[in-house]
Amino acid sequence: MLDLIWLLPAFPLAGFLILAFTGGGLPKPVVATVGAGSIGLAFIVAALSSYEFLSSGQTSFQLTLWEWMAAGDFSSAFSFYLDGLTVVMILVISGVGFLIHLYSTGYMSDDPGYSRFFAYMNLFVAAMLVLVLADNLVLLYLGWEGVGLCSYLLIGFWYENPANGYAARKAFVVTRVGDTSMALGLFLLFTQLGTLNIQELMHNAGQQWQVGSGMAVAASLLLLGGAVGKSAQLPLQTWLPDAMAGPTPISALIHAATMVTAGVYLIARTHLLFELAPTVQSLVAWVGLITLLMAGFTALTQHDIKRILAYSTISQIGYMFLGLGVGAWSAAVFHLMTHAFFKALLFLAAGSVILSLHHEQSIFKMGGLRKHLPVSFWSFIVGSAALTALPLTSGYFSKDEILLAALESGGSGTLLWLGGVIGALFTAIYSFRLVFVVFFGECHHPAKEVSGWNMTAPLVVLGVLALLGGWIHIPVDAVFSHGEMAHEEAHPSLFIHALMIAIPIIGVGISYLFFCSRTWSAEKLVQSGLGAALHKFWFSGWGMDRLYQAVFVTPFVSLARLNRKDIIDLLIGLLVTLTSQANRLLVRTQTGYLRWYAASVMAGVIILIAIGALL
Amino acid sequence: MILAWLILILFVGGLAAWLADFVDPKLPRVVALIFLAVDGLLLLNVLGATPFTPADASGEWLAYLKADWMPRFEIYFQLGMDGLSWLMAILTVFLGIMATGAAWNEIHERAGFFYFNLLWTLAGVMGVFVALDLFLFFFFWEVMLIPMYLIIAIWGHENKNYAAMKFFIFTQVSGLLMLIGILAMAYFHYLQFGVFSFDYFALQNVQLAANTSLLVMLLFFVGFGTKLPTVPLHSWLPDAHSQAPTAGSVILAGILLKTGAYGLIRFTVPLFEDAARAFAPVAMTLAAVSILYCAKVAFAQTDLKRLIAYTSVSHMGFVTLGVFAWNEQAVQGAVMTMLAHGLSAAALFMLAGGLQHRIHTRNMEQMGGFWPRVPRMSVIALFFSIAALGMPGLGNFVGEFLALIGAFQISITLTAIAALGLILASVYSLWVLQKVFQGSYENDKVDDAALVDLSRQEMVFYFAMMAGLVWMGVYPGTFLNLSAMTLGSLF
Repeated sequence: MLDLIWLLPAFPLAGFLILAFTGGGLPKPVVATVGAGSIGLAFIVAALSSYEFLSSGQTSFQLTLWEWMAAGDFSSAFSFYLDGLTVVMILVISGVGFLIHLYSTGYMSDDPGYSRFFAYMNLFVAAMLVLVLADNLVLLYLGWEGVGLCSYLLIGFWYENPANGYAARKAFVVTRVGDTSMALGLFLLFTQLGTLNIQELMHNAGQQWQVGSGMAVAASLLLLGGAVGKSAQLPLQTWLPDAMAGPTPISALIHAATMVTAGVYLIARTHLLFELAPTVQSLVAWVGLITLLMAGFTALTQHDIKRILAYSTISQIGYMFLGLGVGAWSAAVFHLMTHAFFKALLFLAAGSVILSLHHEQSIFKMGGLRKHLPVSFWSFIVGSAALTALPLTSGYFSKDEILLAALESGGSGTLLWLGGVIGALFTAIYSFRLVFVVFFGECHHPAKEVSGWNMTAPLVVLGVLALLGGWIHIPVDAVFSHGEMAHEEAHPSLFIHALMIAIPIIGVGISYLFFCSRTWSAEKLVQSGLGAALHKFWFSGWGMDRLYQAVFVTPFVSLARLNRKDIIDLLIGLLVTLTSQANRLLVRTQTGYLRWYAASVMAGVIILIAIGALL
Repeated sequence: MILAWLILILFVGGLAAWLADFVDPKLPRVVALIFLAVDGLLLLNVLGATPFTPADASGEWLAYLKADWMPRFEIYFQLGMDGLSWLMAILTVFLGIMATGAAWNEIHERAGFFYFNLLWTLAGVMGVFVALDLFLFFFFWEVMLIPMYLIIAIWGHENKNYAAMKFFIFTQVSGLLMLIGILAMAYFHYLQFGVFSFDYFALQNVQLAANTSLLVMLLFFVGFGTKLPTVPLHSWLPDAHSQAPTAGSVILAGILLKTGAYGLIRFTVPLFEDAARAFAPVAMTLAAVSILYCAKVAFAQTDLKRLIAYTSVSHMGFVTLGVFAWNEQAVQGAVMTMLAHGLSAAALFMLAGGLQHRIHTRNMEQMGGFWPRVPRMSVIALFFSIAALGMPGLGNFVGEFLALIGAFQISITLTAIAALGLILASVYSLWVLQKVFQGSYENDKVDDAALVDLSRQEMVFYFAMMAGLVWMGVYPGTFLNLSAMTLGSLF
């Protein structure tokens, strides 16, 4: 079975090819069968091979398909690598991916681009699976760019609206800034360590580089650049909120469950390198912390249901980075998994709400939908509980692990922990603000749930996973055992435990008082001087878009416009002008008058004689 | 002898196409296609040969020919084909067929003479790729110029005379400088060995003082750099491209630019290795500047073909970068970029030309929202745009990645700067897609009566190029192994 893991990306790829080459000519049920079925088959392969791999007791499995690029001493292959971390990733990608595909067969059923949608989605899953299966960084980069491409295509799926196209391009270009940094990281790693095979790289890095050596710092920084781009962390997070322009299942699959966590995967995969550069590793933690707080505050001010979830995603990935930064590798991966469950659930539920309200996305135009949309409501309750990390939900286990690891990491760990706890408070407030505003209070628009079994079933399954996913033990011990040996088993005081359980509950309470019982008024808070300024600042995503517009986009565009004619060409044109002017000057001397010629000849003779005489 | 046939077939084919016009104006294109196909088959046949080293040469060759031409001046009809030449030759024939396809329904006026010029240009190019005698090389270099000039000047668009003249002067002046360089080399050979020589292998033995060597190398560099082109010698290209008929652009971008790159790899660096190494920082800087500067200029263009022309200069920057980094990865990257860009740029020009043929404008301001009208064309434009921006899995990525990873070992700074081109490439590529195919359709801006989707026949040509790029992207070994045959003897 393990020899067949190449089928894992091959099924979605085949699905893509079928849909692409038929160009929308297939009937919808066939498209749905091909589109969702290919991912279902991939999941079966993933499940069977994971089972076989885990029960065999191997720590890793490698499969080389063919040589890709080879030149001189450089070579890379289409070659897959399976270990505990990969197992988690392939199961999440194909499992959650399948559920979202199933949901999409209903959600997109009225869209004229039905077939195109599933073609892109299948290609995405194929690329994502290659990304996590790759045994070398070049192949990983192939998947990395591939998912970026599909993300671009799907954000701009409804291309008639130029704003969607803009959001799509923004997502692609901003992440490409990170990708380029990552590519340079690859060049550096190859030049220094002579290979790009991940396992060999990690081995060689450990052999050749001291802890804290300049090369390790440079290489891990460059990789981090790629990770923050893909995972929408500071300073490259600005593309994700706009990426919500795509159909909602895309947001669930790409911009919540899988692609945006690729950065987390990359760092976890190369964690040995990051351990050689402790400064960069703690930078990862701080990037995570600052991002999670910024995004959390911003989520509180948004009123578009999808943008709230988008900022929440940025914030939750911030937690994962925090976990990576304090060396809690498996906790970060654990949170990656639980987040995939509950965030996909929230997005799909949001999609159902949006669809029921005929593409209304502002939460303030919703309200009181509890009775009208029971499935969405309960999905939101479960998803938000997990997001908030209420006790015993999946989010509780994973977030708890990260925060405790931060607390124990020593140094600035307490500060990181404190920031994370504050973030958790805000997470609770904004998650339940959404729930209270949308599902409680007065009903503005009566709505009817539009969902067949294919849309409900994924919600139910994800709901169960979001609730109980915390009990899953992810098989990554062997992958990270080296790294986590460093610190002892956690023994935090009872007070810490109680605090961490209490904080989210307090958050929900605050949210209740503001947005449900209306005991406290959020409006008043926002209208006060400081409150208004802060609200505006947070709402704009901390002014980062405007900053980048002013610093990068505007200068580039105006400079390009200014030089549209290509100044170098103009300079060369000058040469032409000079020549033709000289020509005109000389043409004038050809008057046709004999006396004029005779005079010029005489003048010439005299000048020549004069020159001769003078010399 | 097979090498002479490869060239001769194209010359004869050109004449035949011209004559066929007198029979039926629809015949020349068929004749052209047949002769190109025969040439292609002959070329595939060469690949079957076992590589060998001729007595008076070095390195491994698939085919070799040396015959008297002007023995008095030590000028020989000396041809050789190794892996690199073969790749360039097959690209020439392949794109020649594509160009014929592009011209199929576009060129009706004096069709016979058109295909004559097309095939004679290709014959010149083929000669350039196999000539080993530098005088002969220069001869072919000139042969490809004049028919190309005529293609632009006769079948071009509104400003064709200016563009054709600009193309001619740039190429001619730079060619002249190269000729001086060639003659200088022959003369230096005379000074050292008592006989003139234009023989590629003999000239490699000429020892020059560092300054002289640098000077002569610069003559070659200007000659090839103009053709490539590299900033600041590039400005003939946007005019030539925007004015040339589609088939002309295909040949120009796909093949003619590659003769410059080929010249750098085959002659400039091997003949003047030390000088080239000393000059490398300058050349690599020019490369990085080309990449970024032309990407930026491209972004601001409103003329679709001009835009693609600037992106060509930008992509060729990776070739210069790779060649002057001069290690195996970098040069392999340069070669792959030449091949992949040959296909992707040719396809993009065909798309732009196809659009112009349909709506009679190249102005992007008048386009937008074409996707629902021409879905097949849109998807194909999408494919080649993402190929051009360096998507892994397609040929261009392999080229640029190898060029950069090789260059990184020589200069980290310049490579990092050049890599910024990857970002800019995504900016302009996606901008074009947005501007032309996405957005909402407004039909008051353009005469859309003839805006129809690609025909089945057109699709065949695009599919061939797509297949080529996928092949290069996922299984580049086929190509890398062939060029390694050449490079193996160079490092």
